[in-house]
Amino acid sequence: MLNGKPLASIVSAGLSKFGKLEGLYAREIFADAAKEAFDRCPKMDPKNDIQAMYVGHMGESYEHQGHTGATMADWVGLEHIPATRTEAACASSGVALRTAICAVRSGLSDVVLVGGVEKMTHRSTPEVTEYLAMASDFPFEQWNGMTFPGLYALMATAHMHQYGTTENHLAMISVKNHYHGSLNPKAHMQKEITLETALSSRVIAWPLKLYDCSLITDGASCLILTKPELARKFTDTWVDIIGSGQASDTIGLYERKSLTSVAAAKIAAKQAYEMANIKPEQVDVAEVHDCFTIAELIAYEDLSFCGTGKGGVLVEQGETKLGGRIPVNTSGGLKAKGHPVGATGTGQAYETYLQLTGQAGKRQVKDAEISVTHNVGGSGATATVHVYRRG
Amino acid sequence: MSDKAPFTMEQFYKNINQGKLMAGKCIKCGKIHLPPRPLCDNCYCKDFEWIEVASRGKLLTYTVIHIAPTQFQSMAPYVVGIVQLENGSRLPGMIKCGDLAQIKIGMNLTMDFGTCQTTQTWPQWPRYNFKPA
Repeated sequence: MLNGKPLASIVSAGLSKFGKLEGLYAREIFADAAKEAFDRCPKMDPKNDIQAMYVGHMGESYEHQGHTGATMADWVGLEHIPATRTEAACASSGVALRTAICAVRSGLSDVVLVGGVEKMTHRSTPEVTEYLAMASDFPFEQWNGMTFPGLYALMATAHMHQYGTTENHLAMISVKNHYHGSLNPKAHMQKEITLETALSSRVIAWPLKLYDCSLITDGASCLILTKPELARKFTDTWVDIIGSGQASDTIGLYERKSLTSVAAAKIAAKQAYEMANIKPEQVDVAEVHDCFTIAELIAYEDLSFCGTGKGGVLVEQGETKLGGRIPVNTSGGLKAKGHPVGATGTGQAYETYLQLTGQAGKRQVKDAEISVTHNVGGSGATATVHVYRRG
Repeated sequence: MSDKAPFTMEQFYKNINQGKLMAGKCIKCGKIHLPPRPLCDNCYCKDFEWIEVASRGKLLTYTVIHIAPTQFQSMAPYVVGIVQLENGSRLPGMIKCGDLAQIKIGMNLTMDFGTCQTTQTWPQWPRYNFKPA
């Protein structure tokens, strides 16, 4: 149908430092990301050119603050434009991106600021565990003591049982993403780890250990999208979004047909690949939702980077490491870059923007032309997949 | 309709409180909803009948939770799994088993019915769990 025709163009992008940003409020962190995006695009006058905002944000509990759309617009000097918050757990800003693309495609807005934010580290681990669990089913999953690591651990146990995936495979993903994170000056954790460190770390929800889990992080990310015809007016280096997929599934993991794949991600990937008119083999670099190492392994399979059940083999062969056939999570991923949940979807798009415009520094994938981002909400009740091409 | 208890999660837990695992069966398409829902997601019918479901099943997958949310911290580490009941329905729940080494995918389990213990205003639900059959 669209056959690879651009849906919208990313003319600029910004990302705050990811980490423990003590003393900073979410809106202050978001302003930092927006400032970078404004500075990267001197030909744009934000106050005159930006016509709408979409902001992904998951939890009011962290800062006792809801009404995120207007709050962020206020703090980036864009009050009076329509500013809308999207919430889909950890896919909140993947959904914001999808929504922003719809706004541009509809013709209602020519230039849109889209991003996401979460401020988490001032809360205790049990509090964060409880807030994150709110993205799962309450009456049956949360009520029975389920946690987020627990839900992904259920998938890990099932995948290990069905396909022979091992705790070693999962640890390899952690080691790889920490290596990538060591090359990203904005990553929360910028140090390499060994396989032994990962394997001997304390158990969070067996078989998942500390180093299988993404980080509790503060951060914000944003992009400036325009109608494709307008990209050249604002910049010489842009990225086109050529495929967009979004799907949902049962809120409870227990009701899904498969516990070893994320059906919503598979459906979203199929939509995005078809819209972009590309095959998975054409993807040069990808950012996938590694909230837990098992989630990255399953993402390899759901995005058809390898066959079903072969995710472990793919990482074992080094195919997804920088220098491999399909480098995944060059930013360090949620594992090492960090996972400020609302900021993650557009944070992935930020990394893709850097890669496709040759600005990824030490972690640059040579001649990257086509990329994919994969953002999952909860245990897979929401997923978005986007395909990008160098402009 | 009027003589039937509503096909809701609230009612599901009222039944658990009485030691019964009850599902809603759609009058029109026959789909069995466990937990019950007031609208059939298959055919959009709103007419159901209650059926009692055998509370025996097999363990599909499991995890051992070490880091728990605030209200479960005193119980950790504990086992949570997804159980496929004999009628094909699935439920998540805690697996109470003295010996962790005994827990295996495919093991036979049976449900234990709790009663509502809480003094909080909402939710006033009992907890059920599974144990080796």
